Amino acid sequence: MDRVPVLKIGDLLLVSIQVDMQDQTALALQEDLAERIVATGCHGVIIDITALDIVDSFVGRMLSSIASISRVLDAETVVVGMRPAVAITLVELGLSLDGIRTALNVERGIELLAQAREPETPDDLGIDLDLDRFGPATS
Amino acid sequence: MTTDVGLGEPQLVTIAADEDVVRVRQLVRTVAVAAKLSLVDQTKLVTAASELARNTLVYGGGGGAEVTVVDSGRRKGIRIVFADDGPGIADLDLALTDGYTTGGGLGLGLSGARRLVDEFDIDTAAGRGTRITVTKWAR
Ligand SMILES: Nc1ncnc2c1ncn2[C@@H]1O[C@H](COP(=O)(O)OP(=O)(O)O)[C@@H](O)[C@H]1O
Ligand SMILES: [Mg+2]
Repeated sequence: MDRVPVLKIGDLLLVSIQVDMQDQTALALQEDLAERIVATGCHGVIIDITALDIVDSFVGRMLSSIASISRVLDAETVVVGMRPAVAITLVELGLSLDGIRTALNVERGIELLAQAREPETPDDLGIDLDLDRFGPATS
Repeated sequence: MTTDVGLGEPQLVTIAADEDVVRVRQLVRTVAVAAKLSLVDQTKLVTAASELARNTLVYGGGGGAEVTVVDSGRRKGIRIVFADDGPGIADLDLALTDGYTTGGGLGLGLSGARRLVDEFDIDTAAGRGTRITVTKWAR
């Protein structure tokens, strides 16, 4: 059985699914990821499915489970790279992928995770950081 | 007729283990490409085949898938027959309901596969095994 590698990049875990996974491989990935989240203390997981030409109900369920499990372990999951034909098919199959965050590609996924993790922005705190006020006084 | 890849000659995959479900997906993809299905239709057919092959394995206790390129005279299509000698399905209406599962799945395999193909036929009864025939036509 193939095993899908889980890479640690900075504060993130990156999983790039490159093979047509048999069901056991998908289940093993779910377990590997949970262990790696705990072992590394990472708060973000990116699952890149660019190479997947289908997502059926088994893989769909695996993605949902990973999202739920990682949330319980204080990590956020983003699924990136879903092909348009896959998205169309998923909807007709009846899979809603509830609770799964998605982004167009790995770069956008990283941005999304960074935003999710960011402490409240000055705007949210009601502080108006108008830098002009600290600039040179005008006459 | 010489360009018709595999027209009329069924290709059989025995479904006895996890990796055979992967083999069914790969064969159906190859045949769907050869029959010039659109990318979305290929994706729908491979997804439906994945669901039905897994059911053949998990619930039917194994069996086979037979993939044939068919020609209606007007257009080409792909027909797949999934057959097993398992317990059969006693209540078909129930089994075809979205979300119904006896195996802890999402219960979207049968109902979803039916939505993803053009023709869907089930021959089953308790104790008589299950035979599902699906067809997808090139547009
Ligand atoms: N080949 C089969 N033989 C016997 N029962 C089947 C077969 N295929 C499907 N079923 C029954 O139909 C139910 C629904 O199947 P499906 O929609 O694929 O959902 P799931 O696989 O998630 O259970 C299954 O839980 C099972 O009880
Ligand atoms: Mg199923």
